[in-house]
Amino acid sequence: MSKTPDDKHEVETTGHVWDGIEEYNNPLPRWWLWTFYGTIAWGLLYTIAYPAWPLIREATPGLLGYSTRAIVAEDIAEVSARNAGINERLANVELAAIGDDTELLTYARNAGAAIFRANCSQCHGSGAAGVQASGYPNLLDDDWLWGGTIDDIAWTIAHGIRNEQSPDSHWSQMPAFGELLETEEIGQLVAYVQQISGQEHDAAMATPGAVLFDEQCSSCHGIEGMGDPVIGAPNLTDAIWLYGGSEERLTESITYSRFGVMPAWSEEFRPAGGLSPYEINALAAYVHGLGGGE
Amino acid sequence: MWEYVKLVALGLVVLCAAIAANYARDLAYMVHAVIIMLVAGGMFLYTLRTIDEERVPIDHTQYMDGVIRYGVIATSFWGVVGFLVGVFIAFQLAFPVLNFEWAQGYMNFGRLRPLHTSAVIFAFGGNALLCTSFYVVQRTSAARLWGGNLAWFVFWGYNLFIVLAATGYLLGATQSKEYAEPEWYVDLWLTIVWVAYLLVFLGTLINRKEKHIYVANWFFLAFIVTVAMLHIVNNLSVPVSIFGSRSVQLFSGVQDAMTQWWYGHNAVGFFLTAGFLGMMYYFVPKQAERPVFSYKLSIIHFWALIFLYIWAGPHHLHYTALPDWASTLGMVFSVVLWMPSWGGMINGLMTLSGAWDKLRTDPIIRMMVVSLGFYGMSTFEGPMMSIRAVNSLSHYTDWTIGHVHSGALGWNGMITFGCLYFLVPRLWNKERLYSLSLVNWHFWLATIGIVLYAASMWVTGIMEGLMWREVDAQGFLVNSFADTVAAKFPMYVVRGLGGVLFLAGAVIMCYNLWMTVRRSPAKEAETPAMAPAE
Repeated sequence: MSKTPDDKHEVETTGHVWDGIEEYNNPLPRWWLWTFYGTIAWGLLYTIAYPAWPLIREATPGLLGYSTRAIVAEDIAEVSARNAGINERLANVELAAIGDDTELLTYARNAGAAIFRANCSQCHGSGAAGVQASGYPNLLDDDWLWGGTIDDIAWTIAHGIRNEQSPDSHWSQMPAFGELLETEEIGQLVAYVQQISGQEHDAAMATPGAVLFDEQCSSCHGIEGMGDPVIGAPNLTDAIWLYGGSEERLTESITYSRFGVMPAWSEEFRPAGGLSPYEINALAAYVHGLGGGE
Repeated sequence: MWEYVKLVALGLVVLCAAIAANYARDLAYMVHAVIIMLVAGGMFLYTLRTIDEERVPIDHTQYMDGVIRYGVIATSFWGVVGFLVGVFIAFQLAFPVLNFEWAQGYMNFGRLRPLHTSAVIFAFGGNALLCTSFYVVQRTSAARLWGGNLAWFVFWGYNLFIVLAATGYLLGATQSKEYAEPEWYVDLWLTIVWVAYLLVFLGTLINRKEKHIYVANWFFLAFIVTVAMLHIVNNLSVPVSIFGSRSVQLFSGVQDAMTQWWYGHNAVGFFLTAGFLGMMYYFVPKQAERPVFSYKLSIIHFWALIFLYIWAGPHHLHYTALPDWASTLGMVFSVVLWMPSWGGMINGLMTLSGAWDKLRTDPIIRMMVVSLGFYGMSTFEGPMMSIRAVNSLSHYTDWTIGHVHSGALGWNGMITFGCLYFLVPRLWNKERLYSLSLVNWHFWLATIGIVLYAASMWVTGIMEGLMWREVDAQGFLVNSFADTVAAKFPMYVVRGLGGVLFLAGAVIMCYNLWMTVRRSPAKEAETPAMAPAE
């Protein structure tokens, strides 16, 4: 093991040896030491400027009066003050006529888009295309279960669907026909629904299915199967399906029924995280403007 | 006589474990009770069958290396397991379909993630620390491990802890504290094992034949003592039932969060930094065959590191319910910690001055140098990320994940690989490693893997942070959370590939070490001298 001092610096070792390991007696690197001192000095100054040292009752507040909570509160107050006027207009606007006020409509759609991303995209998708496998409706098409005017949409957002929060939430319930009809009859109904929605079907099954449909289904879905947005009965004649239009999915829907829910988003029913009237209007304007609004 | 006491004790453990399994309130607890019953039962039978055998007298003038050999094997094994799980969960994030429907509740990301972190930190890193500290403290104290078979108890006890922790995660037993997930009875067991570890280490130090305590041992001792303290305080909890795995934390709310991150940050500071610096301080000068650069620097940076690290935890809780003053202090101490952390890197790198040519010829030295490089990089990155303004961008993003992995893969992984390559030929009395070119392969695979990992996480982390805070002219958020997840996909694939390379390197290492033990020519018999080196 080398015992020669470092060639360049001529530094001695400390004289200790452990299992052949020696240690040079080099001084601390200057740049290291001064940077270390620098960070300590900076640290002291920083703790004088900002809240830092805990005392008996409270911590030193710091000379700059810095407070993260106060900063957030200020930011929120500043944005609220800036938008107070337009938010007020938005809260009180006649929604059906919002298109007449271009500035308000642009603002509402921007705000609505942000609210949608934070609150709605979890189910309806960030592009609002829904998730058919789970029964989350697509909001881009022009098929509306509970009505597609801007006022209908605002109402649905505020009160939701089949929830206990709002007494005025949309409510409808299809029976689970598995308990009422024979398996064969359900198969006939499926064939008939496939027929009226323009799909390939078993004609021999669809004929008795038409009779069954008339008896069992037409009171809600209509004689023609066109549905009724007043009671949330879907139109069965188009190619748009909430839960899918395949034989398997239709059989499932008829046998067990479906019970999709949506929360009531109005702050009236949702003390934490609910939406205020102007936010609901903004969201309605956004969703209405996605393409399918009536 | 002692053997009979042992038999009775083991018999009682088997009985109690059987009772516990019978009354178990949850699956994890029952499985654990059965594991303990089987282990104790096996030991009971073994003790019974060997009770009349002649004991081979132990040569107390020799170092105790058997337990270190087992430690080396355990380190390699758990390393590969931990990396493999890491690669798998990395791909689970990129391709969620890998959260198989049939394995829900056992192999989904949420169950496997703590398995990965504990396997690499506590199983791989912990076994590495155990075996290297046992090796180093004996050599630098010129004394045999104190406490007879206590070191074996520490090794097997620690690995039992790992098995209990890992199976617990898969079965859903967790107290939901990051890096401290094991439930109360596993914590208690670890406490016992850890105290035994402290005793073995201290006893050996006290028996040392050298006048001074070598710097590596300061770091090991600081690591053992502090981890004991952290472990106990952060795991204060009340079991819901003596027959169940659930427990209730003693602290609540922000106090609990602060305790957790005081623990969490110092798990990094004392487990992954101080302990591994202990390894560095022995193996780097040994492999380089050069004296340590500066004794003074080692003293100053040791005490500064030990003093400062313990205060840095609050930087994990910027912009939360934590009071501003605590957040400021956490940030300031983190920034001041920068130079003390770098002291270790300087001492390690400068030790190579006069031996830089070895970088070309010795891939083990190269591994150690790269590990010190990553150490320096992540101990700069850490203080920087603790600054509130930076943290407001980086927090909760993949940047943190990248930071942790450049430290864990780069620093902890590489220095451990270097130590394993150093240890295996010496522990198995071989002239040399089986293949240096395989070490070279390992080096490059691991290095490229880390670069892919860290770079991809920087990109996606910063991108994600910027997307989260992006607002339009009117102050409305531009992106939904799902948009940021979708945008990260390509980088997630790159990260997974980086992990594959790192894992491949570790597998090559295992093969190389195995072949070293099997094939390398034996060294001429030489009794390791246990006398002071002077």
